[in-house]
Amino acid sequence: MVTVLIDTLIDITLLAFLAITAIAIIRIHNLFVIIMLFSIFSLHSAGLFVVMDAADVAFTEAAVGAGISTVLMLGTLALTKNHEEKNPSHRARLPLLVVLITGGALIYGTYDIPSFGDPLSPAQQHVKPRYIERSMEETGVANTVTAVLASYRGYDTLGEVIVIFTAGIGIMLLIGERLMRRKKREDDG
Amino acid sequence: MKHNLILRVIAKYLFPVIALFAFYVQFHGDYGPGGGFQAGVILSVAFILYTLVFGLETAEQVLPHHVLRILASTGVLIYAGTGVATMLMGGNFLDYGLLALNPVEGQHIGIMLIEIGIGIAVSAVMLMIFFAFAGRER
Repeated sequence: MVTVLIDTLIDITLLAFLAITAIAIIRIHNLFVIIMLFSIFSLHSAGLFVVMDAADVAFTEAAVGAGISTVLMLGTLALTKNHEEKNPSHRARLPLLVVLITGGALIYGTYDIPSFGDPLSPAQQHVKPRYIERSMEETGVANTVTAVLASYRGYDTLGEVIVIFTAGIGIMLLIGERLMRRKKREDDG
Repeated sequence: MKHNLILRVIAKYLFPVIALFAFYVQFHGDYGPGGGFQAGVILSVAFILYTLVFGLETAEQVLPHHVLRILASTGVLIYAGTGVATMLMGGNFLDYGLLALNPVEGQHIGIMLIEIGIGIAVSAVMLMIFFAFAGRER
């Protein structure tokens, strides 16, 4: 009973922090501050994932969302001259309407979502029992998440690695090569 | 930051700790949370800290661009190569069970191999992207 209460309290606190960070991101115009708030937002979501017992997801969120993407966004900001967000010149009536309708539809959609941890929900019924019951004897890997990612869903993970690889190639082609050419010219001249 | 003694000393001591943690996450991923993705990111963070404190030129001497490009492709090749190897052994693509006599042991080897591939590819690509951004300023 007490643990449930503590869990709820942590949930509410983290979600409140998430909402506060999101509102702050909307209100603030300094891009440097916004990037730091994005990092804080990711860290709070990582905390939420830990509360939901999804340690692997939390780990990824903390390392990638709060860590490396912040560094990369700061690197991008250092390349740009304007660190202040410009005020939009037009009124935001139509975008507001679109956002309200989309948000309303999403909230309406949550009524059909099974409650958290519901054992009868489709996500728990389909292939999950097999993973939980047999992944240890089939793969010999104690962490079911690793077994699913690396073995049962090996194709998807290969796709993910190739996505990251492609992103690296794209950035090399866009901004990396130019640097090397310039360096070569300096070496030659 | 080249003249900041405290930062330089702390970075020197933090680098091996971060790198060791990355390897722990890499090889302990079978038993606890973690795996190649997280380990690759953490390892690249160690080098990013090194770059921030000791400068881009020093870091590029440690890890030149062409080495990073080779490492990134090697990682993807290890992953896809494991799949091709299992195909050559007469199974399906990424059917690790054939990598050893005992299918469970084969699964373990296969998962270990592809996690190493992921780790190498992710850390190399992250550093490639970071160096590309950091190098533009000059």
